[in-house]
Amino acid sequence: MTALPTPEELKALIEAGVPGSRVTIVPNGSPSAQHSLLLDPAHAQAAAYFLRGHADLRLDYCSLVTGVDWPDTATTEKIKVKKLVDGVEQEVEETRKTQVPGYLEAVYHLFSMEKKHGPVILRLRTANRTGDTHLPSLTPVWRSAEFQEREAFDLYGIVFDGHPDLRRILMWEGFVDYPMRKDYVPPADDILVTGVNP
Amino acid sequence: MAEDLKELKIELSKNGIFTTTLEELYNWGRKNSVWPLTFGLACCAIEMIATTMARYDLARFGAEVFRPSPRQADLIIVSGTVTKKMAPQVVRLYNQMPEPKYVIAMGACAISGGPFRDGYNVLKGIDRYIPVDVHIPGCPPRPEALIHAFMTLQQKIEAQSLSGASRPRHLRAGLPSEFPVPAFGEHGLEPAQNTEVFLAEQGNPLKVIQ
Repeated sequence: MTALPTPEELKALIEAGVPGSRVTIVPNGSPSAQHSLLLDPAHAQAAAYFLRGHADLRLDYCSLVTGVDWPDTATTEKIKVKKLVDGVEQEVEETRKTQVPGYLEAVYHLFSMEKKHGPVILRLRTANRTGDTHLPSLTPVWRSAEFQEREAFDLYGIVFDGHPDLRRILMWEGFVDYPMRKDYVPPADDILVTGVNP
Repeated sequence: MAEDLKELKIELSKNGIFTTTLEELYNWGRKNSVWPLTFGLACCAIEMIATTMARYDLARFGAEVFRPSPRQADLIIVSGTVTKKMAPQVVRLYNQMPEPKYVIAMGACAISGGPFRDGYNVLKGIDRYIPVDVHIPGCPPRPEALIHAFMTLQQKIEAQSLSGASRPRHLRAGLPSEFPVPAFGEHGLEPAQNTEVFLAEQGNPLKVIQ
């Protein structure tokens, strides 16, 4: 078992190996400290090929793909603004609301069968939750991602460009919702009261 | 009158004369050879299989012959979680069974959705689409519970009268023996529930909030 490079070293390796790519480290504050690497979608597939092929890494096994839904959030902050009140400049406190647009995230867990190390966690983020939910598919790199990317497409609505067979896998064709999104509302007739005669 | 007949029957049997009615004979035969359908959905099916094996031995009740075809089955044991994707197939299997046919809903999932009832993909009870004769709670119910449900079903069969207003559905002309198969809709199954599954005098045990 070889020691895995730290996230910082991995970031440097990827950025040096894939020209133009940007890698952000998403820290994990829990005791497991499994920090993940946020790849930019444009270079994600090249970075994936790089991680699989690198002689010291050989991350040849993708054990898990999942989606994460990060809804739109609103933050309010109080700021002091200088304003003209009755002709006199005064400092007035204003609350400013900022809408932080949400996004969908695809998470990949990578291991190396050859080097017996892992996991390396990759994250990809879509531009937003409703309009542009495209991400590059990593199925051409790791075949095991095929069904799990279909699952993320089915339940979260992440469209994986380059996927060989992107169809719904758990829900049926013709279903329009994405049930694992946080704003999913199940049909009202799913709620029953027992013991009441109509 | 019925009591008098019963006493007469007992009196006759004491003297070595056995009397019966066609109805009793018919129901006695039916209740002791209920053939279930080879059909399992989830972990409850494992308990159902255990029930049929040597330790619990469902054969004692004449139900050891699990038929591989719904055409030859009298009973469908809905053993496990019915997903919305599976529900049309379950209803179709029920429709393909010949009358008289019976349904046991086995386990928390089959009767109500169970621990998965808040999920997006689970049917909240198979009695939304087909008439269930015996519900078994439990997660999963032990083989004893299934045997108890089976004995309850046998009592139910025994009590069915072949004539009169209380005769079962399959002896009444005009009542359906098949129920509509739900379709896959954009947000869920359509319709979400068939309110005509239960006979009017049985009442509908469930009410949907609109």
